[in-house]
Parts: sequence; structure tokens; C-alpha cells
Amino acid sequence: MAPLLQVSNLNAWYGESHVLHGVDMTVGEGETITILGRNGVGKTTTLRTIVGIIRERKGEIRFAGKDMANVPLHRTAHNGIGFVPEERGIFSTLTVEENLMLPPVVAEGGMSLEEIYELFPNLLERRASPGTKLSGGEQQMLAIARILRTGVKLLILDEPTEGLAPVIVQRIGEVLKTLKDRGMTVLLVEQNFRFASRVADRFYLMDHGRMVADFPVGELPGKMDMLHKVLGV
Amino acid sequence: MTMIFGIPLQAFLGQLLIGLINGSFYALLSLGLAVIFGLLRVINFAHGAQYMLGAFAAMLMLEYFGINYWVALILGPIVVGLFGAIIERTMLSRLYDLDPLYGLLFTFGLALTIEGTFRYLYGAAGQPYSVPAQLAGGTNLGFMFLPIYRGWVVVVSLVACIGTWLLIEKTKLGAYLRAATENPVLVQAFGVNVPVLLTLTYGLGAALAAFAGVLAAPIYQVSPLMGSNIIIVVFAVVVVGGMGSIMGAILTGYMLGIAEGLTKVFYPEASNIVIFVIMAIVLLLRPAGLFGRDA
Repeated sequence: MAPLLQVSNLNAWYGESHVLHGVDMTVGEGETITILGRNGVGKTTTLRTIVGIIRERKGEIRFAGKDMANVPLHRTAHNGIGFVPEERGIFSTLTVEENLMLPPVVAEGGMSLEEIYELFPNLLERRASPGTKLSGGEQQMLAIARILRTGVKLLILDEPTEGLAPVIVQRIGEVLKTLKDRGMTVLLVEQNFRFASRVADRFYLMDHGRMVADFPVGELPGKMDMLHKVLGV
Repeated sequence: MTMIFGIPLQAFLGQLLIGLINGSFYALLSLGLAVIFGLLRVINFAHGAQYMLGAFAAMLMLEYFGINYWVALILGPIVVGLFGAIIERTMLSRLYDLDPLYGLLFTFGLALTIEGTFRYLYGAAGQPYSVPAQLAGGTNLGFMFLPIYRGWVVVVSLVACIGTWLLIEKTKLGAYLRAATENPVLVQAFGVNVPVLLTLTYGLGAALAAFAGVLAAPIYQVSPLMGSNIIIVVFAVVVVGGMGSIMGAILTGYMLGIAEGLTKVFYPEASNIVIFVIMAIVLLLRPAGLFGRDA
């Protein structure tokens, strides 16, 4: 079966600077994939290029069989790709509930508001507060929750655990497992190695703007030396 | 005769009312400017011209098609709003990636072009537009004589301001507008067609200006220069209120209109500059404006 997302020889630029040098990767339906790599190797750029925020790009992005090259940014979500950015992107002039209801529903199969409040009871309690009055962890929950409503098939997360307390990180891990049980496909960039090893099925290791290794979670113990070398941890 | 602060009560209340009427126009116009600036980051120098177009639309509709005031009050803003939307889509939208100065220069040039064209066609002199029969005459409030039309202007502009505020603060469309003001790229990644939202916003701003223009037609003379006369004051209002703050623009519009009216009572010589003096003081003490969020 063809993978849900197929990226071939993807190149991307920020103005003059060439950031991605031929990224190849696949994400199968229902898989949770984590991209590992040091700072500045192009992980965030890879996600933003797949979503279509970075338009200076070459190579192929095929999602659910469709070539995404000429899909405008505002049609990405309608094709089934949801994005949670690194800075979370909670809107301060919108209440929690307005933030939650903001992304348009693009397909059936998304969670209802009731299901979301059941999964994230804090958001129900604070639904009338301005979005940015929430704690960092709650903002991250909100950023994920609002995408779950939309019915997208692929959830793209950029460093969901960054700067959060261990108990919140654990909670996000539980949420990702719940999503996996519901059949959601997840692609995430993560620096927190222990967190990543708990949620991911498969890893890509990125260096200098391309993927340098690809292995399932089961092979992780044997790869530790190599990872330590490349990640410098 | 009743006196208040050494001034006859009649004169005081009369100027208060004139201030409130001027304030209604300031509020409507600065509201549109604030909405456009908030989302497009364009300082719309064509706003005065769009106000003038509204007044002319009412006058020309009556002259050529016999369309009355009430229909013009709806149709004028629609026509001018469509015109604004077309300008945004075909020209203004090409400038978003450039320095904000280009948007300002473009709308300034557009204002000069529109005003020049109307001056060429209709001359600089003002033309009258009569008050609709239903709102003619006045009523004696006891302390002063109130022309009914002026009372109507105060009420209807207040309704329009509150309506626009509700649209932006309480509806789904308004949530898109507010979110896109903060982070347009992310809102677009969520599947909202932000370029269309920008076109709608500019059209809405132009329509609000034209609405004020139709309201103004029976009070002031309909003239090609009516917009450039008022727009400088309106820019001062927006600066005092804080760029991009919707409620700030509305409240400041009324406040400064009243301040101007009251200055006419107490120290008439200063009434033309009082708004600019307030602007200078506010800029010194609170550069972001009275209601501005960020400095």
C-alpha cells in the first residue's frame, strides 16, 4: 500500500540560504514518526515545507496520492494535513473556545467538542479565558486539541514537549497514544529523546538538511552509540 | 438664564451636541481605518476619498436614478465597498510583501486621483443634498432646538459602530479577522483563505467610510474635498486611540468630537487645534495610544 505521505528529494530555501538538501521520507497510515536531529539541521523547515508555509521548494510531496506542489497554503488543511507549530500559535485576542473552534472542519471523523473537553478537562474549565492566559502546557494541549476537531488525517507537531514540566510531557504522551488508537497518523519533531522513544513507531535521523538514517523503535537500543554521536547528547 | 462654568447652558449643550455629531463621523471613519490597519497593516489614505465617494454616490443616485436617501444609505456603501474590494484585489494586494510605505503611498495616490477626477467633473464647490422628508424639521428639547436629522446621525452611527464591534468581537468571521491580525500564516495553514479575508476587510472599511459619507451628505455640502478636510482629524483620532484597537477608535472618536465641541464654548480660538494638541500630548505620554496594546 502506498504511504500516506511520501516526500522525495525535497529541497527548500529561505531566500538565498539552501536549507533542505534532498529530504526523502515516508509516513504510513496510522504510523507515528519522529524526526530526530541537532538544532539547525532542518527539522522545523522540513515540517513547514510539507505544510506549505515555505514555498521556495523543489522535489515531490505526495499526500494521500495527491501531488501537493501547487496546492495553496489555505488548501493544505482541506487535503488532510493539520499543523501544530513550535511556538504553538495560540491567539491572545481569542478566548480558549474561540481558539478551539478557529480551524475549519475539513473532513468527517474529527473529535466533537464534547470529546475534546473530555480529553482536555482543563480547557473546558478555562474556555472563556483569553487563549494566552493558559499555562504553557495548557496552551500546547489547546494547540493540539484544535487540530483534532478538524478531521485531518495527518497531525504534524513541532517539538510538542519543549519547555514543559515532566508531568505535562507525560500527559501529552498519553494524548498521542489515544490518537494512535483512533488511527491518527502523526509526524513530529522532538528533542526529548525519552519522550520520543515512548510514542514513536519509527525514527528518522536528520543531519545537514537530509535524512541520514531511518529505523523502527525496536532497533533503537542498537543505534544508541550512533545517535549519541550524531545528536551530541 | 442658566449658566454653567460662566457659559450659557444653551451654548454649552449646543456645542456638546455638535461635538457629538462630529464625533460620530470621527468614530465611524477611524473605526474603518483601524479595521483596515489591524489586518492589512496599510494606512489607508484613500479613506477620506471613500467617504467622499459615499456622499457623491447618494447625490448622483438621486440625481440620475431618483434613488432616495434610505436606499442610498444601503446601496452607497455597497457600491463603494465593491470598488474598494476591486482596488484591493487588483492593486493593493500586490504591495503586501513590500515596505508598508508603499501601501501608504498607493492609497495616497489613489485618494488624489479620485478627488482630482471628481473636482474635474463636478468642480470644487459643494452641492446640496436635502434632508429626507421623514427626518426634516426639529424638536425643542427645552434647553435647545435639535434638528431631527442630527439626532438620527448620532443614533445610527452609534448603532453602526456597535454593530461593527460585535461583528469583530463576537462572530466566527470576527474570530478569523482577529486571529489573522495576529498570525496570518498560521490562520491560512488552518485552511482559511486569508487573501479573500483581506479583500473583504478592505471592502468593509471602504463601505464604512461611504456609510459615513451618505450620512454626512445632508449635513455638509457634497464636495470633492470633503474627505481631505476630515481625514487629517480622523488620522489624529486613530493615533490618539491606538492603531488597530477597534473599541479604542470608536471611543476616541466620540471623545475628541466632544472635546472639540466644548473647546468651541470655552476657548473658541483653540477649537481647530485642540485635537492635535491632545494627539501630541498622548504621543509623548503613551506612544501606543490610549487603547493601544503594544508600545
